Amino acid sequence: MTGVLDVLTHTHRPPVADKDEAWKDEVAPDEGSPFRPLYDDSIKFNGQPIALVVAEDWEIAKFAATLVRVEYQEEHAFATDLEAGRNKATEVKKPHEPRGDAAGALARAAVRHEADYFIPTEHHNPMELYATTVVWNGNGRLTVYDKTQGVQNVHKFLCSVFGKKPDDIRVLSPYVGGAFGSGLRPQYQVVLAMLGALALKRSVRVVLTRQQMYGLGHRPATIERVGLGAKPDGTLDAVTHEATAITSRYEDFSRNDSGWAEQLYKSPNSRYSHKLVRLDVSTPCDMRAPGAASGVCALECAMDELAVALKLDPIELRLKCYSDRDQSEDLPYTSKQLRECYARGAEAFGWSRRNPAARAMRDGNELVGWGMATGVWEALQMPVAVRIVLTANGHAEVSCAASDIGTGTYTIVAQVAADALGLPIENISVKLADSTLPQAPVEGGSWMAASSAHAVLGAAEDIRQDLARLASTMPSSPLAGVDAADVTLVNGTIASNGERNDAVSIADAMRYGKLERIEKQKLNQFAEDKSHARNTHSAVFAEVKVDEQLGVVRVTRVVSAVAAGRILNTKTGRSQIMGGVVWGIGMALHEETVMDHRFGRIMNANIAEYHIPVNADIHDIDVIFVEERDDRINRLGVKGLGEIGIVGVPAAIANAVYHATGKRIRRFPITLDKLLA
Amino acid sequence: MADAANQIPNRIPTNLVVNGVRRTLDLMPWTTLLDALRDHLELIGTKKGCDHGQCGACTVLVDGRRVNSCLTLAVMMDGAEITTVEGLARDGALHPLQQAFIDHDAFQCGYCTPGQICSAVGLLAEGRARDADEIRELMSGNLCRCGAYPHIVAAIQQVMGRP
Repeated sequence: MTGVLDVLTHTHRPPVADKDEAWKDEVAPDEGSPFRPLYDDSIKFNGQPIALVVAEDWEIAKFAATLVRVEYQEEHAFATDLEAGRNKATEVKKPHEPRGDAAGALARAAVRHEADYFIPTEHHNPMELYATTVVWNGNGRLTVYDKTQGVQNVHKFLCSVFGKKPDDIRVLSPYVGGAFGSGLRPQYQVVLAMLGALALKRSVRVVLTRQQMYGLGHRPATIERVGLGAKPDGTLDAVTHEATAITSRYEDFSRNDSGWAEQLYKSPNSRYSHKLVRLDVSTPCDMRAPGAASGVCALECAMDELAVALKLDPIELRLKCYSDRDQSEDLPYTSKQLRECYARGAEAFGWSRRNPAARAMRDGNELVGWGMATGVWEALQMPVAVRIVLTANGHAEVSCAASDIGTGTYTIVAQVAADALGLPIENISVKLADSTLPQAPVEGGSWMAASSAHAVLGAAEDIRQDLARLASTMPSSPLAGVDAADVTLVNGTIASNGERNDAVSIADAMRYGKLERIEKQKLNQFAEDKSHARNTHSAVFAEVKVDEQLGVVRVTRVVSAVAAGRILNTKTGRSQIMGGVVWGIGMALHEETVMDHRFGRIMNANIAEYHIPVNADIHDIDVIFVEERDDRINRLGVKGLGEIGIVGVPAAIANAVYHATGKRIRRFPITLDKLLA
Repeated sequence: MADAANQIPNRIPTNLVVNGVRRTLDLMPWTTLLDALRDHLELIGTKKGCDHGQCGACTVLVDGRRVNSCLTLAVMMDGAEITTVEGLARDGALHPLQQAFIDHDAFQCGYCTPGQICSAVGLLAEGRARDADEIRELMSGNLCRCGAYPHIVAAIQQVMGRP
């Protein structure tokens, strides 16, 4: 057909690596064999790419792709249904060891609650389509513009898959239109675009359709079975949590769904387990607060059910079980202001005015429900390197390979640099997401704020040392002989920490040193400290209004009180939490990837039938940052905010729906058919 | 039959006034207004999020009315005035809605933002939204996966001058 340049398939494509190790990226599951696009003739999942049509323009390629004829042969019966496969689940090893005799204590408990909670498969659906442009530079050199959360991860992956030297490939991703975990691993379009460019020896762009993005990773469907055994006074005697989750046939993906009670609620007996059911789907991947979003949802619904059984206020129950230590390793926390989250959140929400009985509150025709839940996430930190180039005109360029996926990395890197270098923020420029820049891990897990901020501090510290040395040796310097430890960079000067008047301008010091620029690059590594647990926490309060005749649920108010150490930027930080709350509303009421198990095909692979919250679904969201000073976790006391905002929100809403209607929906999302049933 | 289906039709000359500038393009009959803007005029501010009119990321103004440019064939817009996000600022000053979006941090990743802002310009011109609830309802064709909705509503309210 005119305009078609090539059709690549497993029988017609440039060579790629044949060992699994070459296809394992930085965040690939340990167990399994990563998917290789166009590698061989086996079909592993619905939505798998089997051919790449490359044409002179996009419309021709799109039309030509519809003309490709495919012959299939059924190799073995396939399965995509988690619940049908539950009895074939295999247990994976997780760090949470059992304590005491959980099964016995649960059986003997005076008040017991045990139930299954079902979380469906969900897809990230960032607004930006996955796309890669490979620019053919000649001599085997390629510049790759990719949608990814980790340019260096993609760089290393492409070098190993295509047998390229590090200098042959440069990966850039300066702006990312959302990702939420879907861009942690290199996605298949980057492999397809590389194959196209290498086959044709010219630049190639591959843009996925929204439908094709349902063949990428997903939050795995899980059955979360939670058991709680309590004494009549509301203290816990047993906690059991067994998560059974989907994975693919070719990789074992699992996260910590079931261990969170270990950090939240005191119990002498506990057992946590994680099981996998291998199905004919693509490998799941991290999706905002992976593990916790699902597992804590179930745990917090179960706590609400227990509170009802005990006739206790849900907050009172949580305070009775409150754990000041992480029980899995019996460690204290670097900081844990969760009590304050409950108090501040409850006050802002007006919780004391709650009538504890279900179906007791009304607003006109609508039933009103108030529910609450706890949120918890890890405060992780990773090695990151940053380069700062300070020029004599008082400008600094800060660069790092880290990504900004909309979370605000550009902003906080500039802020921390301005602060540490004593320069106005307008004088700082930030370069990110280029694989040739200093080392950074993928942007995920809420670790980038603390990790990048401390890397900036490290490089700025070296610059300060150089400037102090210059200032101390300058002729007639007011800082003659001063020690580097005794000066701070402030207002464009090197200033003595004692007398504020003793200062030398940075420009003068550099002129004296005949320096046009000072360049420092430093890798920051956090000291290993296994003596304390590190977590962020939240208390989430939700109000729902339910039209009982129609089954329509509206989330009219949410208060999220968050303790996450020092907040580097309250404006962007608040937006992170607000976004997480919106995700939680979606998880509670809207989101579900529906599979037709007869065909193994996703039935709603588009953004109209896969429902995410729209503007009309979102009402008042109040974000409270609870003061939490943490001198131990890191120098700035920063913990990260990307995930904590979603955790607990679905449970708070489900609990509010119960409070409004008296109906306990344990199968998410809580859609109107379930309420009308 | 197969031959006829594979025949590439002729390009059609199309006149568009884009952000006040008259542009003439020779376009395939199936080229959408979105692809014409992005791929032919290199106005990449307008975004493609679904290509099915489901997400609103491609919203532009056609003769002052907000439309999904992915569902609009460019050749059918012959002679129309198109305003994209690139055409909103005047003499180097941001459009009040652009400034309001910055003031309220009404975006995170920014991908839906050009569509949100164009849609909000259209909304204000329609004059139908009187309060926050009506803004929410009438902005619900523009999805934001980052969840910036409350701040988007606040930004629009700021420009409307109403609480």
